[in-house]
Amino acid sequence: MELLKDILLQLSMAYAPSGREHTATEIIEKFLLKYTKDIKKDALGNIIAVIPSKKTNAKKIMLDAHYDEISLMVTNIDDDGFVKFTSPFGVDIRSLLAKEVIIHGVQEVFGIVSSKPPHLLSDEEMQKAYKVEDLAIDIGFNNEKANKLINIGDSITFKARTTNLKNDIICGKSVDNRAGVTAIIGCLELLKNINLEVELIVLFSVQEEAGTKGAKVGAYTVNPDTAIVVDVSHAFTPDASKDETGEMGKGVMIGISPILKREISAELTQLAKENEIPFQTEVMSDNTGTNAASIQIARSGIPTGLISIPLKYMHSPCETVMLSDIECVSRLLAEFVKGIREGETI
Amino acid sequence: MIKSVLHRLCSLSGVSGCEDEVGEYIVSELKGVAEVKIDNLGNIIAFKKGKQRSLRKVLFSAHMDEVGLIITKINDDGYLRFSTIGGIDTRVLISARVKVGKNKVNGIIGIKAVHLLSKEEKTTVPKLSSLYIDIGAKNKDDALKYINEGDIAEFDSDFVEFGDNYIKSKAIDDRFGCLALIELCKKELLYDTYFAFTVSEEIGLRGAFACAYEIKPEIVVVVEATTAVDLADIKGENKVCSLNCGAVIPFMDKQTIYDKKLFKFATELANEKQIKWQTKTKIAGGNDAGAFQRSLAGIRVLSVCVPCRYLHTPSCVINFYDCEHTEKLLFELIQKLGGESNV
Repeated sequence: MELLKDILLQLSMAYAPSGREHTATEIIEKFLLKYTKDIKKDALGNIIAVIPSKKTNAKKIMLDAHYDEISLMVTNIDDDGFVKFTSPFGVDIRSLLAKEVIIHGVQEVFGIVSSKPPHLLSDEEMQKAYKVEDLAIDIGFNNEKANKLINIGDSITFKARTTNLKNDIICGKSVDNRAGVTAIIGCLELLKNINLEVELIVLFSVQEEAGTKGAKVGAYTVNPDTAIVVDVSHAFTPDASKDETGEMGKGVMIGISPILKREISAELTQLAKENEIPFQTEVMSDNTGTNAASIQIARSGIPTGLISIPLKYMHSPCETVMLSDIECVSRLLAEFVKGIREGETI
Repeated sequence: MIKSVLHRLCSLSGVSGCEDEVGEYIVSELKGVAEVKIDNLGNIIAFKKGKQRSLRKVLFSAHMDEVGLIITKINDDGYLRFSTIGGIDTRVLISARVKVGKNKVNGIIGIKAVHLLSKEEKTTVPKLSSLYIDIGAKNKDDALKYINEGDIAEFDSDFVEFGDNYIKSKAIDDRFGCLALIELCKKELLYDTYFAFTVSEEIGLRGAFACAYEIKPEIVVVVEATTAVDLADIKGENKVCSLNCGAVIPFMDKQTIYDKKLFKFATELANEKQIKWQTKTKIAGGNDAGAFQRSLAGIRVLSVCVPCRYLHTPSCVINFYDCEHTEKLLFELIQKLGGESNV
């Protein structure tokens, strides 16, 4: 668990805004190098790592987790140097006020999301959530200097320390989905001394937050027989409904959805039971909103499963997960990979 | 101004009613510099001998406390309900980090994910009563191992230097004032001067009332951080005051109509010494001057402030240049006020 914690702490501090993930590739590759030298980057920035099988024509199993993070984008610099922005990727705007951000310009530029003080607002205005167009970022530079450092189109990410809460709970930015990346690396660690019957391919994909784009082309390149997507999903909090959420600390969330292959969901459930890995079921009626949606329909169709880590406060600068849940995901993935033999059809 | 001392002061805990950490640090800074005593409420009162006796008792005052939260209830599932201490906009609390209790336990004020919101929830601000702090506790008993109901929570916010000489931190309101007074007190002064570091300004200027009674000054200069709204899309007088435009000398705020003669004296002195200053273009905010002015048989008050953006949030922002002008003006004032008979 200490290994998982160390990996997650390092990964969540790295910056990888959708479409501009290059700033995090080096650190992710560093963790992968422990398990394979066969690591490639494709045209969009997907990281594809292959752990070969001793067998020829072995079945190809792909484990996917996106490594991009929610971000904002610069649209204008006003006369006084305040930076206006847009929010194309689902950042919770209500979380932005007075928060620290990094603008990924010519260099990393620190800023604060600026907000009007209450005494300038009417009572009615105070009840309203800000719209993105009402906000700006204060970078402490005038227009001329701001223009030298920042360009329209630059990505903006949260700046937030990753910290520990009680009971091995980790809180930070971009835990969605560095927790998933961590779980897959944890799986590789569990498998490192085992001769695999299958060829194992890890896809750390880009642009999930921009519409599961990276996984689509990554799946095309990898062309696996089976894919398992690892992402995060909502854990219960006092202001949410128990019916709509999983529970933190209760283990893996095994996805069931019309787009996921039923047999894979069933196999994952069976393996969790056999190996006493805590699990819960997450039933979705839609395309899951994860990379599974685009992997399933890559090439001539790829049988896909989905495992999620319960996470609180998604798309805020304080996304929260419990390490034991990540560990459960690593274990279940490892059992799944070990369990597949040549000629089996899952 | 010594940035490292401001950094230290801002990183201390001092939510109203719990200013001990700040008080202890200030007392240690003033050791051997001035005569220091602590009153019943925790106000720190320092007397600094000058080269000459002052014509009248002059007091420079700054408050030690900062806005924060108090834990009102621990839920069965281990989440903490809270109220605010001092005026805090609910919207800046969403996704904020806090430190809870004496052991400074990490906590976050989370809200359910944007994906789970109804259309109406997306456009409204959650009620303060619906917010909670998550410290990662399993349940109430687990939470009670680390904290208690009634504990204080403070913002968890780093001190950051950024941009062109800007500083961001929690509690700049009014640790800037504390720093300015510590630095003045360490200088060689012409006249005997009193300094007060007050408690509980943010919950109704409470410490200042006791200070006024104890010291009985004739003139009080309140040193503060005051709201600047020089932000994107804010025009003209709505800016109230602006960063990078020097010290702020208000003529009036929501608590106080400042002494006309003192206001004139301070502004003329600033002009004479070529110190950049501005006044507030809106009657907004208020500070300890409101308590001093209506204490005893009435006390004449002046305020000299540094302009500060995002007051009462985890991310107060000031400019170093303004700090220097403010401190310079304060020094000129302290060297004059004790000796001028016609002010």
